[in-house]
Amino acid sequence: MTLTPVGLEHYLFVACLLFSIGVFGVLLRSNTLIILMCLELMLSASIVALIAFSRFNAIEGSLMMGGNLFVLFIIAIAAAEVAIGLAIIVALWRRQQTLDATEITSLKH
Amino acid sequence: MTDWLFYIFAILAVLAALSVAISRNPVNAAMGMIVSFIGMAALFVLLETYFLAVLQVLVYAGAIVVLFLFIIMMMDVTSAAAPKPAALIASAAALGVMVAGSWFVSFSELAGPFPERSVDAPAAVAKIFGVELFTRHILAFQVIGFLLLIAMIGVIVVSRKMPQPTEGGAK
Repeated sequence: MTLTPVGLEHYLFVACLLFSIGVFGVLLRSNTLIILMCLELMLSASIVALIAFSRFNAIEGSLMMGGNLFVLFIIAIAAAEVAIGLAIIVALWRRQQTLDATEITSLKH
Repeated sequence: MTDWLFYIFAILAVLAALSVAISRNPVNAAMGMIVSFIGMAALFVLLETYFLAVLQVLVYAGAIVVLFLFIIMMMDVTSAAAPKPAALIASAAALGVMVAGSWFVSFSELAGPFPERSVDAPAAVAKIFGVELFTRHILAFQVIGFLLLIAMIGVIVVSRKMPQPTEGGAK
């Protein structure tokens, strides 16, 4: 069995696949915790694409560090996001004793 | 050799991500998330971005998953009910469309041309990383520090005990 040599398009495909699975999970599940986990997966998939583009586009004289530094900031924002998301879930749990997104309807008119 | 490693870790990351999306038990989903993040970190190593691979394992597979597990334990979450067939069909259709789209942007004739690796990995050296971060991107770095502080304060405010809403009040 021969494999095609791995190039940027393979990394891009994996990143897109991971992102799609994240969207799939957000659409499918009604547990707010798992929805948040799938959001994290989507952020992480974007990181894979950024690093791959930054690595393959680097040329002599222009090292394209922007993608890598972007990833650092995305990781920091992901940490902040998950902390706030979980705090909101805890507040919801205290108030309504449920994690099911279909039962949290108090903002519906 | 590295090509084989790429395929192994890519398949590992994708399968673990699928297990996050479909597993009933939130604890299993969190475990799948760890495996998926470690697979992605291995992809970063194959891209010679060692610093970010370490960061991925520390922050994502370490801190974030542990935070999720804390919350799962705190709430004593039970396994979720099976999703409705209609929701399953709709989400699977969306997944199929997105996978086809991914294939299109990556491998079809219209995609690309993609550049090849030409220089040694710029981010393999931590020095380049640090110099870039603390010269050109110093403002963004400080903003992100403030953002984390604000997030911390926000978490404390959101998660403190709220007074119970009165009967007949906001519904």
